[in-house]
Amino acid sequence: MRPVLYALSFLAVMGLAFWAYRENYATQQSLRTVEELQAEIGTLREALAVQRAEWAYLNRPDRLRELSTINFDRLGLFPLEPGQFGQIGLVSYPVLPTLAPDDMPDGTGTADRSGTLTDPDAPDPDSAKAEGNVNPQEEQLP
Amino acid sequence: MTRTPLRPLARILSARARGENPDSIERENIRLRQEKTRDRARARAEGRLLLLGIAFTIAFTVIGGRMGLLAATEPSEPRGANSGAQIVAGRADLTDRNGRLLATNLLTHSLYAQPRDMVDPARVARELARIFPDLDANLLLARFTDGRSFMWVRRKLSPEQMQAVHDIGDPGLLFGPREMRLYPNGRLAAHVLGGASFGTEGVHSAEVIGTAGIEKYLDAQLRDPALEGKPVALSLDLTVQATTQEVLEAGMKMMNAKGAAAILLDVYTGEILALVSLPDFDPNDRPQALAKGDPADSPLFNRAVQGVYELGSTFKIFAAAQALDLGLLEPSSMVDAAAPMVWGKHKIKEFENRNYGPLLSVRDVIVKSSNVGVANIALMIGAVRQQAFLKSLGFFGPTPVELVEAAGAKPLIPKRWAEIVTITASYGHGMSASPMHLAAAYAAIANGGKAVRPTLLRVDKPQDYPAVMSNDTAVKAIDMLRGVVTEGTASLGDVEGYQVAGKTGTADKPKATGGYYHDKVINTFASLFPASNPKYVLIVTLDEPVETTGPIPRRTAGWTAVPVAAEITRRVAPLLGMRPIIEPAASGAVTLIRN
Repeated sequence: MRPVLYALSFLAVMGLAFWAYRENYATQQSLRTVEELQAEIGTLREALAVQRAEWAYLNRPDRLRELSTINFDRLGLFPLEPGQFGQIGLVSYPVLPTLAPDDMPDGTGTADRSGTLTDPDAPDPDSAKAEGNVNPQEEQLP
Repeated sequence: MTRTPLRPLARILSARARGENPDSIERENIRLRQEKTRDRARARAEGRLLLLGIAFTIAFTVIGGRMGLLAATEPSEPRGANSGAQIVAGRADLTDRNGRLLATNLLTHSLYAQPRDMVDPARVARELARIFPDLDANLLLARFTDGRSFMWVRRKLSPEQMQAVHDIGDPGLLFGPREMRLYPNGRLAAHVLGGASFGTEGVHSAEVIGTAGIEKYLDAQLRDPALEGKPVALSLDLTVQATTQEVLEAGMKMMNAKGAAAILLDVYTGEILALVSLPDFDPNDRPQALAKGDPADSPLFNRAVQGVYELGSTFKIFAAAQALDLGLLEPSSMVDAAAPMVWGKHKIKEFENRNYGPLLSVRDVIVKSSNVGVANIALMIGAVRQQAFLKSLGFFGPTPVELVEAAGAKPLIPKRWAEIVTITASYGHGMSASPMHLAAAYAAIANGGKAVRPTLLRVDKPQDYPAVMSNDTAVKAIDMLRGVVTEGTASLGDVEGYQVAGKTGTADKPKATGGYYHDKVINTFASLFPASNPKYVLIVTLDEPVETTGPIPRRTAGWTAVPVAAEITRRVAPLLGMRPIIEPAASGAVTLIRN
């Protein structure tokens, strides 16, 4: 029994030594990678700072103003002025399809407001025809 | 262990036979036994001491060896330890309130020379002078050959210059990395930013220190490594600042002024959205301070903060507001305004020797800007209360703005507050303050009577300082200021849709030798908008303006500072996201009803 135990523990020591050897080199490799990455991060940060400074320099208000003046023919940019604010009331609603006159007396015409034919309440082919008549009129509305 | 008996029978018997005392045998044996025990104990103790000695020797040898090793080896960074948090050594960036860069760092290189390593100093000097036209070849050669071992050639190099120097190819020319401060927007907000220069310089790096403005005020914070280079957001809005500067510069030229300043302040938060002082400079290439003469002539002079002037009639609203707040008067109360008013040996006159008297309502005193009327109001208030009120508005100390120059710009207050000072101070003469003081005081009126501390750092939270006047008073004061624009001296200041309210001020410039110039004035327009719910205070000051479109040159604020301020408001208010307000038909149509 005892020799077997000795042999096993010896093998275990060998195995552990091999494992430790490999871990050591793996760790050193990772450390080198980390160092390289950190150096890369440093250079990238530097580059980023330069890019940011350049962006700020190229977008400085003086230059943008000059550029918009030079390219006024193409862009037609004016400074923001109070008159450029609109009122929400000035924005027109999208025009809804109006009812055909023959749909008016009976209540069936109301189902057509959505303008689709898939409405199960109004599968009436007449109303679909009426809708087709209405659309050209709708285009003329202001 | 075999134990020897203390009284061995054989010896006892033989001793007895000889007639000796057998006890001596026992004693002898006891002695021998004790000696043996002692020897054993000593041996053990000696062994332990030896062991201890060896252990100590090993321990000290290890420690000593380790110390020797540490002392002898090259120091190196711990490789595995710092993976996450890093110390960023750079100076923190400055941004505007929306995160646009105002100041940042750029890595460049410095150029230094080690003349002892130089192969051909004459050629190096010649080539350097060719690359840098401001260097003199003979002077450089003289320096290279006078035996020194080190000299700086250039603090900052552009990449092209660096390549050109590199191409000289002399081993005596060396580069060191160097962070420099960059202001990408050039002259914009120059007086706020100030500038930066190098402190302690080394070959591998150099300290970047602020030399003026907020760079110097926040120097410790910007350099604090614990903040990890987190950018500091200022209250300025880059677009608003640029627009204000553009309009003010055009206005200054049009009005033939030699200087101008503008401050735009958010009345709730006290944030300064724009601070312009003209003429200005490029903080990337900060000019030298004037060695002699008036510092106010230098472009470095920040008129908005350092320019302590008599601000003229803009002060009148403070006397009127205080009288309302104390309950002495109402806007409709009539006060004596018969001009000229004689007080001792002084004579108080109106503009162009007019007479608005004999009686004028408080509102009309402000609207028509009557010196005599406001002087009488100030006399009603009295010197002590007037001083306390002006003090609560911040007129007796430097402004708390985060600029290093602000602390030095104390208002000029007469030492003895005589009654004549009470009178003159009520219309802005006899005591001087900076436009920034005025902005803070007008902000207090606009903020419903609560004091406001102007700040250059983004805060985003409304301030809550104690009230200096009641909200009711503030509303009445704003109404009077609105009257100045709709029917008074600042009629050119109205901007449709933005309900500008404000007060003009024209003050003669004091001569250095005493007395006042009659053709040199400081014109100020202090305004707030919109009057129905004030959000912003705008102060515009022009130095020695003159408006020459008419037959006679005009120097009143109503003709110079007011139109400039109106244009600034018109351009800036939309940028601040303010929609034009549609005003009620007439100011008299809506009355305040209370039961």
